[in-house]
Amino acid sequence: VNFGLSEEQELLQSTVHRFLEDHWSPQRRRVFFDGSSGKDAELWRGMAELGLVGLLVEEKAGGAGLELLDLALVAEILGRFAAPGPFLGHSLATLALSLGGSEAQKERWLPALASGEAIATLALVEPGGGWDPLEWGASLSPAGAGLRISGEKLHVPDAEIADLFVVGVTGGGLALVERASDGVRVEANEGIDRTRRVGRVGFEGAVANLLPGGNEAAPRVRDAGLVLLAADAFGGASRCVELAVEYAKTRVQFGVTIGHFQAVKHQLANMAVEIEPARSLYWYAAHAYDHLPAEFERHAALAKAHLTDRFMQIARDTVETHGGIGFTWECDVQIWYKRAMFDRAFLGAPAVHRERAARLAGW
Amino acid sequence: MDLRYSKEYEEYRRKVREFLKAHWPPSGEAAKGSLAEQAARFRTLAISQGYVARSIPRAYGGSEQPPDVLKAVIIAEEFGRAHAPGDVRGIGASMLVPTLLDHGREDQKQRFIPPTISGEMQWCQGYSEPGSGSDLASLKTRAEVIDGEWVVNGQKIWTSGAQVAHHMFCLCRTEPDAPKHAGISYLLIDMKSPGIDVRPLRQMTGTADFNEVFLTNVRVPIENIVGKRGEGWTVSRSTLKHERNMIGDAAGSRALFEGLLRLARETKRNGKRAIDDSDVRQQLATIEGYVLSHQYSGYRQLTQAARGKDAGIAGMMNKLTSTNIGHSIAKLALDLLGDEGLVAPDNERMMGLPPRGHAGWVTQNMWSLGVAIAGGSANIQRNVIAERGLGLPRDFAAQRESSR
Repeated sequence: VNFGLSEEQELLQSTVHRFLEDHWSPQRRRVFFDGSSGKDAELWRGMAELGLVGLLVEEKAGGAGLELLDLALVAEILGRFAAPGPFLGHSLATLALSLGGSEAQKERWLPALASGEAIATLALVEPGGGWDPLEWGASLSPAGAGLRISGEKLHVPDAEIADLFVVGVTGGGLALVERASDGVRVEANEGIDRTRRVGRVGFEGAVANLLPGGNEAAPRVRDAGLVLLAADAFGGASRCVELAVEYAKTRVQFGVTIGHFQAVKHQLANMAVEIEPARSLYWYAAHAYDHLPAEFERHAALAKAHLTDRFMQIARDTVETHGGIGFTWECDVQIWYKRAMFDRAFLGAPAVHRERAARLAGW
Repeated sequence: MDLRYSKEYEEYRRKVREFLKAHWPPSGEAAKGSLAEQAARFRTLAISQGYVARSIPRAYGGSEQPPDVLKAVIIAEEFGRAHAPGDVRGIGASMLVPTLLDHGREDQKQRFIPPTISGEMQWCQGYSEPGSGSDLASLKTRAEVIDGEWVVNGQKIWTSGAQVAHHMFCLCRTEPDAPKHAGISYLLIDMKSPGIDVRPLRQMTGTADFNEVFLTNVRVPIENIVGKRGEGWTVSRSTLKHERNMIGDAAGSRALFEGLLRLARETKRNGKRAIDDSDVRQQLATIEGYVLSHQYSGYRQLTQAARGKDAGIAGMMNKLTSTNIGHSIAKLALDLLGDEGLVAPDNERMMGLPPRGHAGWVTQNMWSLGVAIAGGSANIQRNVIAERGLGLPRDFAAQRESSR
């Protein structure tokens, strides 16, 4: 029994940490956050060079062939630095292709996705619909030897820069649609999280390529996504606690730094106690994906619900610790606050996953 | 990360099971006498196999095994399953023995450790006083040397088990002119000494698990000091750490949560099983998020210990996390009880055991507060986490004291 990271995993985290320290400065993050483009090709190339964009892809297709825990450990550090997409959508779309794609589909796409040359994303939720595979309504119709897809998808991460969409279709399957196809319309949305932009994608008879194993892959990809969001939430919440502690050590009122006051100290201690033990919950859930399949689904649901709720509350507390400045656009705390809102809502709200967890436990 | 046990450990588990199957519950000769006598015989056997008192040197009656967190977990699991008597619990084994191993003289170790780990000698803790709770170092119970003996005068409070204990480990002020932390000594006091008056303290639960202990001219042999004069505060620090670990155990939170699930299955809300109610399900799943985090954080801390690393801030959080979970469970349990929450508490229930029946849950509701206060209150835990864990400035009062 060993509930700890390997040396390689610790190295992976410290490598990503160092990379972001060097290449994702607060100034650069701020320019991205305030800017309109929503992309940073240079950072993506850097991540690709480190092998982070194809971490789960099999080695023969140019990936690193690692496990979900490794990917989640990277997601934690990205969350800590509030690093921009397209990591989340790309990782999940690539996973969908790895799990549910035909050999031909994998050969066609995986090498380019693993190297980061092509960017993929997930298009799941629809107007009035939900994140569960059975709630998807995009429809496929035969056209000659192939299929065409019609429907509308919302909150598609990095839709504007994606080359390939993995689209949830009626009956809970998944289909590939190339950005370049006729009948694909992408519209940028004002999303809450300006570090991870989302878009609306309309499909009007675009050529679609069904993943043969899509129905089995879809819930698994969704649950892997829950773990990545939980990991992101852990990284973001931990960073919020640090920001609040740093501020409490420097802000002076009544002649002393506010960290002297027990009201502030206790709030900070409570924030730390809310998040630190939950690190192990996301580790366990991620580990279960590869090693404890019977426990995975339920742990993914509970980890997502628990950690994203904790992140939201801690981000709120962090604004409060900062006082008036914390409420301004200028203060960086809002960046994590909005990441918390994204993590909490994306792929389904905590209450949805708690109900799933209850059902899966046979309650 | 690997949550399976290797072959070596699976083999070890098999050996432990075989041992338990052969010896507990006892049969034939071994089954003679009282349960306590049977348990004592079994423990001696278990020590000889290295299953009990593993961290205690053989010279003091232990089995002196190299530290192995996994074996310890296996033993705890298997002994628990078989309801076999393992390591003696209680404050003597968990707090006094580690203190003596760290700070005691050879003769003290010889005299006190063997009977304590076998369960023959029971202890109580003389720390808190009416005026010294969270600010323990302000304690006033005095010990002076008169005619070659310590003479102790003062009052201790919240003393669990004082009515049955053979000895008390006691913090006394021996250097009244020294700064407060430097004026304390750690004395071992025989509870049969003349001048000791134990009075039970009735709690809100209706039972009396605590006592007040009045000490009037109690004479204590001069050699019954652990460490040097004025070093008692330092000597006692390791024990407090041990107690936090003891109360912070995540297995207790898990067991309590399992009990809560049973209660939700047995009780009704709006005409159907409470566990079918969506609000109850949400609350249960919310609490389980905390329980699982606590459990797995415990696994992580065990792994860190096995790798020789300090648990860091996570280790400081265990008690507060257990306390928080206990509060949430108490609140939901009371909601689930509904009218049954009108019943009087079950006085058979003891601190630390899973609740039985509705009245047991009424008791748990109150005991969750006892846990929040005992062994360093929740607000003191928050200070520790903030100051030692997050590096925030120390309390004004503490600063004034230490700069004096």
